[in-house]
Amino acid sequence: MGHIPVTLKGTPQGILLRVQTESWEVALSSLELSLRDAQSFFRGGRVILELGSRPLPEDDFQRLRQLLERYEMELWVILSEREEVKHLARSYGIRTRLPGAQSPHQRADEVASNALLVRRTLRSGQKLHHPGHVVLLGDVNAGAEVVAGGNIVIWGRVRGVLHAGAFGDDAAVVCALDLMPSQLRIAQYISRAPEQRRRVPQPELARVEHGNIVAVPWKKIRE
Amino acid sequence: MAGQIITVSSGKGGVGKTTTTANLSMALAMLGKRVICIDADIGLRNLDMMLGLENRIVYDIVNYVEGRCRLRQALVRDKRYPSLFLMPAAQTRDKNAITIEQMNRVAHEAAEIADYVLIDSPAGIEHGFRYAVTPADLVVVVTNPEVAAVRDADRVVGLLEAEGWAPARLLINRLKPDMVRRNEMLDVPTVVDLLAIDLIGVVPEDPSILAAGNRGQPVVLDERSLAGQAFRNVARRLHGEEVPFMSLKSPSFLQRLFNIR
Repeated sequence: MGHIPVTLKGTPQGILLRVQTESWEVALSSLELSLRDAQSFFRGGRVILELGSRPLPEDDFQRLRQLLERYEMELWVILSEREEVKHLARSYGIRTRLPGAQSPHQRADEVASNALLVRRTLRSGQKLHHPGHVVLLGDVNAGAEVVAGGNIVIWGRVRGVLHAGAFGDDAAVVCALDLMPSQLRIAQYISRAPEQRRRVPQPELARVEHGNIVAVPWKKIRE
Repeated sequence: MAGQIITVSSGKGGVGKTTTTANLSMALAMLGKRVICIDADIGLRNLDMMLGLENRIVYDIVNYVEGRCRLRQALVRDKRYPSLFLMPAAQTRDKNAITIEQMNRVAHEAAEIADYVLIDSPAGIEHGFRYAVTPADLVVVVTNPEVAAVRDADRVVGLLEAEGWAPARLLINRLKPDMVRRNEMLDVPTVVDLLAIDLIGVVPEDPSILAAGNRGQPVVLDERSLAGQAFRNVARRLHGEEVPFMSLKSPSFLQRLFNIR
């Protein structure tokens, strides 16, 4: 994979958007793709746009804002080193500093304070979306869905869909006592359940290795 | 004391909700209980046919909630068991003809004059499902031992739990013992383990059910039918009796060879 034009990352304060391409066109279309993929996840979210020294013409700003609005997201903060960009943001009522002046530069495993513990079984049609880590004591039945910005730990059986590192963190992992999801996603990687049936369930950890999602028995990890 | 309101639901269509409602209603009436069964599948009414009461309908539930008749006028008395009554659905209307509050009122008024009120829920999880389960004291979730039906039952149980509706009991319908033995069909423990709710009955596949439904003679009236026996057992369990589950093991080849069962 080459350079990723935009990244979206969950932070306790909001969704951190970074543009890593020269072309605003490319950035917008790439953003739209990501949003379309994870639409329900991001809906209603607050966006922190980090620009650094990059200029932001009003035209570009407007197109970004309209795109985010289409996905029911709010452009909440613009972090910029440029005075004219800060001025533009303020004229639209958008913050130019994070409250508490905390640095938004956080990796998924630093979001530990933002983990969610849930004690129940997710049945078909139920979903659990959380920007941080998710720990679930119970099963994820077929037709249920867990999406997390960070890691996912399921103390139970998994038959539904899991998505860890949903904002693009491919270092996120998934652990479960019995991992047979119909689909497993980590960041932008997707894997389906193996077709094999009838196996002895054992605790496993799934992670991305060389561009593939690999499930490793927990016993082997400890060795 | 008001009677118990039991809704028969499933999510998926075609698993035997209406058959179950007809048979349990009749089996409870056979135990001497006053039973009112409500067909909540407005626009696609079938319960009247299963009970063989189609040609006795004068008014229906929509007529009643619209104030065109009294409750007693809308109720159709069964021709075999006089303590069994049917509240028919309207065939020419749709689910939107009734609100959740109206169904709630009808069910509770019926419970004032009956020991049991059984509501036959429409398939799906939309408005019709919601008005059918809202008044319930107990929901009997019907499923078949197949993956799609179990998945939909899981969805229904999840909704019941999430919305704080009535407790759910599981009825597994159309079990084929010989297919289970050949590992071609989910077995009872697997379904119960997956859905994690209490089992109230297992009804074997029985060709006489179809014929019975077509004739409007629920299979519980047939003394020899295994499915009829299973439904009668469920009715007794609903009534609070401890009834052991029937053995539905199909005989193995050797057993059949020596005719041992």
